[in-house]
Amino acid sequence: MSSTVVTGIGVTAPNGLGAKDFWSATIEGRSGLGPVQRFDAGQYPVRLAGEIPGFKAEDHLPSRLLPQTDHMTRLALVAADWALADAEVPPEDPESEFSRGVITASSSGGFEFGQNELEKLWSQGSEYVSAYQSFAWFYAVNTGQISIRHGMRGPSGVLVSDQAGGLDAVAAGRRQIRRGSSLIVSGGVDATICPWGWAALIASGRLSSIDDPDRAYLPFDAAAAGHVPGEGGAILVLENAVTARARGAESYGEIAGYAATFDPRPDSGREPALRRAIEIALQDAELERGQIDVVFADAAAVPELDRQEADAINAVFGPGAVPVTAPKTMTGRLYSGAAPLDLAAAFLSIRDGVIPPTTNVSPAPEYRLDLVVGEAREARVRSVLVLARGQGGFNSAMVVRQSR
Amino acid sequence: MRRRVVITGIGVVAPGGVGVKEFWTLLTDGRTATGPISFFDPSGFRSQVAAEIDFDPESHGLSQQEIRRMDRAAQLALVATREAVADSELEMSGTDPSRVGVTIGSAVGATMGLEQEYRVVSDDGRLHLVDHRYAVPHLYSYLSPSSFAAEVAWEVGSEGPATVISAGCTSGLDSVGHAVELIREGATDVMIAGSSDAPISPITMACFDAIKATTPSNDDPEHASRPFDNRRNGFVLGEGAAMFVLEELEHARRRRAHIYAEISGFASRCNAFHMTGLRPDGREMAEAIRVAMDEAKVGPERIDYINAHGSGTKQNDRHETAAFKRTLGSYAYERPVSSIKSMIGHSLGAIGSIEIAASVLAIRHNVVPPTANLHTPDPECDLDYVPLVAREWQTDTVLTVGSGFGGFQSAMVLTGPDGDH
Repeated sequence: MSSTVVTGIGVTAPNGLGAKDFWSATIEGRSGLGPVQRFDAGQYPVRLAGEIPGFKAEDHLPSRLLPQTDHMTRLALVAADWALADAEVPPEDPESEFSRGVITASSSGGFEFGQNELEKLWSQGSEYVSAYQSFAWFYAVNTGQISIRHGMRGPSGVLVSDQAGGLDAVAAGRRQIRRGSSLIVSGGVDATICPWGWAALIASGRLSSIDDPDRAYLPFDAAAAGHVPGEGGAILVLENAVTARARGAESYGEIAGYAATFDPRPDSGREPALRRAIEIALQDAELERGQIDVVFADAAAVPELDRQEADAINAVFGPGAVPVTAPKTMTGRLYSGAAPLDLAAAFLSIRDGVIPPTTNVSPAPEYRLDLVVGEAREARVRSVLVLARGQGGFNSAMVVRQSR
Repeated sequence: MRRRVVITGIGVVAPGGVGVKEFWTLLTDGRTATGPISFFDPSGFRSQVAAEIDFDPESHGLSQQEIRRMDRAAQLALVATREAVADSELEMSGTDPSRVGVTIGSAVGATMGLEQEYRVVSDDGRLHLVDHRYAVPHLYSYLSPSSFAAEVAWEVGSEGPATVISAGCTSGLDSVGHAVELIREGATDVMIAGSSDAPISPITMACFDAIKATTPSNDDPEHASRPFDNRRNGFVLGEGAAMFVLEELEHARRRRAHIYAEISGFASRCNAFHMTGLRPDGREMAEAIRVAMDEAKVGPERIDYINAHGSGTKQNDRHETAAFKRTLGSYAYERPVSSIKSMIGHSLGAIGSIEIAASVLAIRHNVVPPTANLHTPDPECDLDYVPLVAREWQTDTVLTVGSGFGGFQSAMVLTGPDGDH
């Protein structure tokens, strides 16, 4: 079976627009968290967000796309443009017009667009609703818009498994490469920072109400009190290793292993299924646990969830036996965009031999993790495990490694 | 050898009846379940017609707590899941839960629940800075429809991969296709797969009004869904769910399960053309059909029946008619083609799974459901669309297709026990 390599990365993150800015900020520990700018959050119990500064859609996209797209779709389109440019993909596939596809994750669709249209409907009347509402808010919109923009007619799809979905989409992309596609644009970009989205996020009961950006999102810390929501994510170009090599493409590395599991019912008293996801992903990658150089954690910053994750990591690797990091302390949690962004960071870690830090966190000793805190850590990084968990019980684990 | 995937249980909640039996009776009687919208006052809307389900969650066994926390689409999915699992006689107590997964297709998720809650927190659109204090505690599970997969996984006690597939109006086919792939590659042995949508709410009606996609035939709602008919003028919005128990063939055989059909081929392609428009030549759908038939190892002569997307928009009906001719050649004219949307409307992401159910029942009963309301065919739609009356027809292999906003085109081939080779 031919392996799947990543040849292009496009990033829109709160601490960096573009992979280069994101990566230098992430290595240097620069955070993108701050008071919500997009609307006046003063009346809400949560007032911090990871927002992408300085993003002007009109600088990157044709004006005709603007009225028909939500903010998150604009971010996704730009990330896809950058990923394809980074991969130096020729505009058309000489082999087949159906060999390239788009498979993205979503968790909330174009929620801000949706709020605006709901507002028009209920305050003014149905005739004021935008002709674009029928697709601008729905979960499939990013895949549809990216495929149109780049003429990709191959296998396409959209997966929704809350924060775990970002890995599920990339795994679905790998499946299509294995089945014969030459290239799949994958990943995820989410943004729900609007008053209506805010109300829904607050209802999750998992947000931090602390106002100090350096104290608000502290996974694996005794002071953990929920997370800060962010916007953005990453789009990756996946290619068949053989055809990528044939066209002389450089690769960041390989999608080597993956598994998804679902937790037993909350009242069952049984062990959560995250450990099993890790074990199957390692088997799928044909790697021993000792070959994993770093784990990018889901890092919920909810004590019970942090404990579950630490327990699963320790059960597989042994306490403190593998470096663990969560650079999402600098971006906030990006829902379906989070894991693709972690994958991007994992590949850049492999490239540069450096593990980005989990900023601001003083690790609680009870979790017995070798959490990379303070400064970035230089290390030989060949294989990385990325974890993502979605509300409700979704667990996904992906192993990426240096190209062979 | 490739692992093969079969259907061993079916559950359907559709307009006109809850349960497989009621559903199939409606289809074979050629009755329609479309009517005037009753869920809200539709005056002022261009289209005031829908296919609503007379659904009382309590009488279908949902607890007060389940009813409170679940959007209608999740409730429909749960009731369909219970029927499918009971039908399959799968005992979870004897099954490794880690080898059982869930995929649910949904185009618009908890759109009804979201609109309801939006009205509350925004004071009917008056507050831009909505008042979160009035939000229900489960509002987050409306925001992300992955909650549907979680509900179904909790219901059956599965611990394998769970996800929602949301590819617009092909979600119902794509969800089952995704489940088939998980079984084939060995990630699971059993999948609880299907789809659900409950989109009949003011915001959905308004957005389809705005692009004139839905029918304005408000004076004759019972006959408003008219696929392939010259007088058709848009689709009728519907709602519903269909769920299946899918199993790896040997797994099903070992427990002597009743096998309805094998899912022998599936493919999806994208037109990369327009978010709501279709290229008239049907090339991408034709490609999906071609790949699905290749995978199933069946030639055009083996397709006994085509379950069409048949939404009742001019562009769709011509688009798919072209796709059938491209792939099946002269057989396209010789085989029955029908659209059950003529009777139960278009339930967006759910309809693909409901149409799989209809296809499987056609194989089981050797009866092809009709296209209701088809009196004067569009001259450009010149195939045998089985007008008005169901037809007894030896059916072993069925092609079912879907087409949706975002440009998605999907095709699935189902092979009955007699069509096995």
